[in-house]
Amino acid sequence: MSARDDIFANIRRSLGVNGTEKIRHQIVADRLERSPKGVIPKRGQVSGEERIALFKTMVETSLATVTEVSSAAEVPQSIALFLRNHNLPATLRMGDDPRLNAMPWSDTALEIAHGPSEGRDLNAVSHAFGGIAESGTLAMVSSADNPSTLNFLPDNHIIVVSAKDIAGDYESVWNRVRFAYGKGSMPRTVNWITGPSRSGDIEQTLLLGAHGPRRLHVVVVRD
Amino acid sequence: MSATPSSARPAHPRVGLFVTCLVDLMRPSVGFAAVKLLEDAGCVVDAPVQTCCGQPAYNSGDRGTTRDLAMRLIEAFQGYDYVVAPSGSCAGMIKAHYPELFEEDPNWRAKADALAGKTYELISFLVDVLGVTKVGAAFDGAVTYHDSCSGLRELGVKRQPRKLLASVEGLTLVEMKDSDVCCGFGGTFAVKYSDISGAIVEAKAKNIEETQAPTVLAGDLGCLMNMAGKLSRDGRSIQVRHVAEVLAGMTDEPPIGAAKAKAIK
Amino acid sequence: MTVHSTSPQFKQNAARALNDHQLQKALGNVKQGFIDKRQMAADKLPEFEALRDAARDIKNHTLEHLDLYLESYEEKVKASGGHVHFARDAAEAREIILGICRETNAKTVTKGKSMISEEIGINHHLEANGITPVETDLGEYIIQLRNELPSHIIAPAVHLNATQVEEDFRRVHTHLDAKRDLSEPVQLLTEARAVLRERFLAADVGVTGANFLVAETGTSIIVTNEGNGDLTQILPKTHIVLASIEKLVPTLEDVSQLLRVLARSATGQEMSVYTTFSTGPRRSTDADGPENYHVVLIDNGRSSMLGTAFEEMLRCIRCGACMNHCPVYHAVGGHAYGWVYPGPMGAVLTPSLIGVDKAGHLPNASTFCGRCESVCPVRIPLPKLMRHWREREFERHLTPATVRSGLQLWGFFAKRPGLYRFATRAAMGALSFAGRQRGRFTWLPMAKGWTKYRDFPAPQGETFQQRWKRERSGRAA
Repeated sequence: MSARDDIFANIRRSLGVNGTEKIRHQIVADRLERSPKGVIPKRGQVSGEERIALFKTMVETSLATVTEVSSAAEVPQSIALFLRNHNLPATLRMGDDPRLNAMPWSDTALEIAHGPSEGRDLNAVSHAFGGIAESGTLAMVSSADNPSTLNFLPDNHIIVVSAKDIAGDYESVWNRVRFAYGKGSMPRTVNWITGPSRSGDIEQTLLLGAHGPRRLHVVVVRD
Repeated sequence: MSATPSSARPAHPRVGLFVTCLVDLMRPSVGFAAVKLLEDAGCVVDAPVQTCCGQPAYNSGDRGTTRDLAMRLIEAFQGYDYVVAPSGSCAGMIKAHYPELFEEDPNWRAKADALAGKTYELISFLVDVLGVTKVGAAFDGAVTYHDSCSGLRELGVKRQPRKLLASVEGLTLVEMKDSDVCCGFGGTFAVKYSDISGAIVEAKAKNIEETQAPTVLAGDLGCLMNMAGKLSRDGRSIQVRHVAEVLAGMTDEPPIGAAKAKAIK
Repeated sequence: MTVHSTSPQFKQNAARALNDHQLQKALGNVKQGFIDKRQMAADKLPEFEALRDAARDIKNHTLEHLDLYLESYEEKVKASGGHVHFARDAAEAREIILGICRETNAKTVTKGKSMISEEIGINHHLEANGITPVETDLGEYIIQLRNELPSHIIAPAVHLNATQVEEDFRRVHTHLDAKRDLSEPVQLLTEARAVLRERFLAADVGVTGANFLVAETGTSIIVTNEGNGDLTQILPKTHIVLASIEKLVPTLEDVSQLLRVLARSATGQEMSVYTTFSTGPRRSTDADGPENYHVVLIDNGRSSMLGTAFEEMLRCIRCGACMNHCPVYHAVGGHAYGWVYPGPMGAVLTPSLIGVDKAGHLPNASTFCGRCESVCPVRIPLPKLMRHWREREFERHLTPATVRSGLQLWGFFAKRPGLYRFATRAAMGALSFAGRQRGRFTWLPMAKGWTKYRDFPAPQGETFQQRWKRERSGRAA
């Protein structure tokens, strides 16, 4: 018997089933089909301004910083200002996200590079798929538009998120992922990011910037 | 925890006192303090012939002996409205563990369930079931209180002793750090893993001492003997008593582990 | 057995740990940080207790249908272009991993933190076959330099102090200036970041564990704070996921429930910094990510736990809350337990995986204080399961003879109330008489373990039942 068959046989023996029971198949198929929600914390069940305010508070709780701009056109200036305020070089790497590409980067003196990171970039910007107010989490999906390496290799990561994409809870984001990618399918990588990289491994002292970004800055775009 | 509604409760409930092995053998005065508290609250108290709830056997993996002892105890305490023990650990054994001993025996399971339903730890029984809000005792000075594990986590005994202690004239409660952390007793654990138990009770003794209260109280004699033994070994003159002794105003007996003749103090 | 176990020497391990001043200093960090942070996180979320119930129910449901969810998961991984391998035991898992590494001519393998990789002892196997494994989680990196096992499942180097880490870095990072300042923890972190960044970029294969596997989508999930797991899995050409079979959950909604209790229970965070959902290899629309994606599903004893009392242990999501709240763990640390998994969860799981004959001390070395169960996010009744092990030991006559005969003697009297009253009256009378002067004993022949560290309070003399009979029997009977 193959290892696979052996393991399945042992699981079924232990559970006292043979794997052909109709009712068990039905229960499993039903759960996978309906994907029932469980307990959704009330905290995130707010809308409009209240939701955005919660999101921003929670982002700050995660030790990231957050700012708000009134239109996509203001994003480049806002990022340039953030880099300048932190004495960071005016360089920025990004993928091919059409929303980022459409922004007026030439209004700034930023030197823009495109494509995934090879590990030597100081600053990068990504566009989020969405935000989650409940915990101040950014949901990122991988593609050439927003390569995953940009989320982890640069020292300073800036994430742009559209205010209309900020949901109250994780489940709302999964609904949008299913709508975009099809039920049961996923982009290669979904990253939930809640704050800058950190480690407590030395004497349980919290230190930022373990292997990923030392700084995480979020720009909320009102549109 | 369920409290019997006052309408359903007899005015003078018949209480079977399960005195527990340690109180029976080591410190009967705690049993008599329990009797006084129960009688003051209007109970008719009896202490039928009894031995042990079986917890040492249960926690050593000897289910057979545990069941034998449980059956004796169930029968001994059948005729009472309530069964009350001055110990969260022994009451917890009956309440939380007896039913599962008889999972395959519906007849005894029913009896175990019935006993579990009417068994209480002393202080929580006074407060939660009888509605006692104050006691008539006086005690001069500061005390600190250790939450014994089984009472705390199996039976929810936490605010009840504090509530009654607050009514003791002259007594102030000074909370210790980590009052809800184990003292390291753990029954046979204290003997089998004495090095670890010794380290845990050392931390407890330190927390007790830091309160500067001259007296430490708790609701379980096992924990009390452990803490008293450690404090006296280290030459600390902190007095150790069961909370029932203070609530009943029965503090004539020397504290746990202290010499009988008062002159030596 | 896979990794060498010193669990049979638990008592000696514990005694050594109690006298290790460096260790005792480091363990102070466990008592302080984790407990308060978890409590604050729980207090901030009114639904926390309801979420714990939900988490328990999801895991129970999955385990009851594990065969079917595994089939669904496998199908989805394949559909997304990944490969699924099954390993009955540690040896099979090691061979599968080595085989994949050889296919890609791998020289170095980066690793995310994974307890199952410790369980199967993959690092030594790769080294023996000429492949260099590099642990990338800071704590795991440190213990790899020291050739140690993790002493905690989420804080592997919690048994160490910064000065010890500094010594290790100076010993190993010999290419750096010997006069550099490493007196602050942040300097140690910065150095590790720079050293490991090069390792990430050079690695041929990345190996991670999985916190969860999702049947609905064929997704593997890792949860980290450092981001090392992500660099491990997106930079090399090949990503290998190691996961034991009980990591499965049905849907993305289910995993969201579990994630809401995981970080809060572990570190007290609302959510860990990086929660990463990986499904298959790089797509044509991707600009980065691994070209090959393998999942190695490892049984190693789990399937035999199903349908037994120990099935409940398979709910464990490895948050570490049980050990963070355990007075025994606080006293002796993780290495005393002698194998991969320490603390209360290890005391239940280890006997299942390496045998209760070897790990028998672990479920016995507990005061049953119940604090572990009170914080477990999936409500595993850890004390009850430890007691089950004690019962199995008793049935198999593995309980020490002294304990057995002591219990028998005591049981003999306890089952005979008349004799009990007579004997205890005599014994307590004698004991009280002997101890009357001082009120306590500093040495007792029957309780040397007790009197090694504390006095034994003398009994008052008369037993309760004796006095009750004398004062009340006429009235009450």
